[in-house]
Amino acid sequence: MRERIQLAALMAPGAILFAAFFLLPLAQLVVIGGSGKLGWSAYWAVFTEIRYLKSFGATIALSIAVTLFTLGVSGIAGVFLERNRFRGRALLTAMLTLPLAFPGVVIGFMVIMLAGRQGLVPDITDLLFGERLVFAYSMAGLFMGYVYFSIPRTILTVMAAAEKIDPRLEEAARSLGAGSFMVARDVILPALKPAFLAAGAICFATSMGAFGTAFTLATRINVVPMVIYTEFTLQANVAMAAALSFVLGGITWAALAFARSLSGSSVAASG
Amino acid sequence: MQASIKKPRRSPLFWAQLAFTLTVCAFLIVPVFMSMTAGVTLNYMTGVSGGLTTQWVEKVLTDYRGPIVLSLELAIACLLCTLLLGIPAAYVLAKRQNAFTRAIEELLVMPVAVPGIATALALIVTYGGLGGFRTSWLFILVGHVLFTLPFMVRSVLAVMSSIDLKTLEEGARSLGANFTQRFFGIILPNCRSGIIAGSLMVVTLSLGEFNMTLLLHTPLTQTLPVGLADTYASLRLEVGSAYTLVFFVIIVPLLIAMQWASNAVSQRKRI
Repeated sequence: MRERIQLAALMAPGAILFAAFFLLPLAQLVVIGGSGKLGWSAYWAVFTEIRYLKSFGATIALSIAVTLFTLGVSGIAGVFLERNRFRGRALLTAMLTLPLAFPGVVIGFMVIMLAGRQGLVPDITDLLFGERLVFAYSMAGLFMGYVYFSIPRTILTVMAAAEKIDPRLEEAARSLGAGSFMVARDVILPALKPAFLAAGAICFATSMGAFGTAFTLATRINVVPMVIYTEFTLQANVAMAAALSFVLGGITWAALAFARSLSGSSVAASG
Repeated sequence: MQASIKKPRRSPLFWAQLAFTLTVCAFLIVPVFMSMTAGVTLNYMTGVSGGLTTQWVEKVLTDYRGPIVLSLELAIACLLCTLLLGIPAAYVLAKRQNAFTRAIEELLVMPVAVPGIATALALIVTYGGLGGFRTSWLFILVGHVLFTLPFMVRSVLAVMSSIDLKTLEEGARSLGANFTQRFFGIILPNCRSGIIAGSLMVVTLSLGEFNMTLLLHTPLTQTLPVGLADTYASLRLEVGSAYTLVFFVIIVPLLIAMQWASNAVSQRKRI
């Protein structure tokens, strides 16, 4: 009994702060979402009004594209790094995971460095084709930025999963005459599937909720966090911003809960 | 592992994968170096050959001194809060593993799962009316603590679950140690690696937090990343680059220390 009180006392400060500054405000957000001039149908408007629907559609499409591309790239690089030992491997891994906690704004600036008006890609295309290809301030730039911040943590997840693959499985497959392609398709990929699903869900959720990158690149791109920001600051439509936030939060939370149910641990900071 | 070291001849597949991985690495690292050099060049259009200068960095350090100092203060305050709240919470979660504590764990990661802009909006609609609180830096601190607390709890909890907490505590108790002595003399030293890893993560994330801070800040409580977005949007590329350089100088050592700490933890696990 005494121990119980002791444990409760240890938990209490965190619990009180959490309840007062997260649970209560979140409940308040739900109420505010239903208190605008639309009333509770503000939540309905999220799914019916073409402007919001388009924005959700674009954000979901972008996030799925980013997820698939990142999984492909990180899958190849992660498996390669885990299964080969060569000089400079540690340094290469360190560099690939360095941007793990870069904030979204800085990643937006990295995209500007690569594909902005004075960027590297336009310089190269100018050299090759005599035309400057600037795409930083569009959906393509956003795609590039989201891939940038998704690669480091996806590579880490893939490497951790690839480490656990039993090398005897591959030896058995090879002794039965399987080539590299068949080994990859029938041994490595199935073994990595749970890690891929978990990493994919995290990647999807962070792309849905990412704000800093979009904020840096362009205010014209209508991804959902950007719409929430403009509704709140420019339109002063707090209720609609709240309703949109709640729906967006529901989607990202569900995706991450799915990832956690697969891997057990998956906290990821969004860009 | 041994086999690949003895065998110096690499297959073409190895070289193809290495080239691919190096390309991915270049995509992540090249813009970092580009922005770092741009921050010290006189004119980015003419390039490094046009001359080097520290004038942009100096300008940033004088014009944005306030935001930089505030961000450092926030990160330290945030670290203290997460240590005080997070370690006891992790201890309770490690001691009692049942449906209730699992639910608490789920709740705890919600501020990370829900997009920062939604959490910030929730805090504003609930506490925005409290003028003194709204305009003080404590308002931002609350957001940062909510966002970083799960990382501290999970990091400490991971180490606590991997050591035999019960035996250690019982041993100390049988020798007559009371709870305070056990907590500070046995539990904390044994969780050192988790506390260090968690602390590095908390400081790094707090320093870079933008998604929430953009809505939570006021003109007088601008933080480093908010200032970054400001320079990206309105000032010349060299100034934005110089500010990014200052940010990198602060954040990159932390990120490298973080990699080092997580390697140390995983090596310990392997033993």
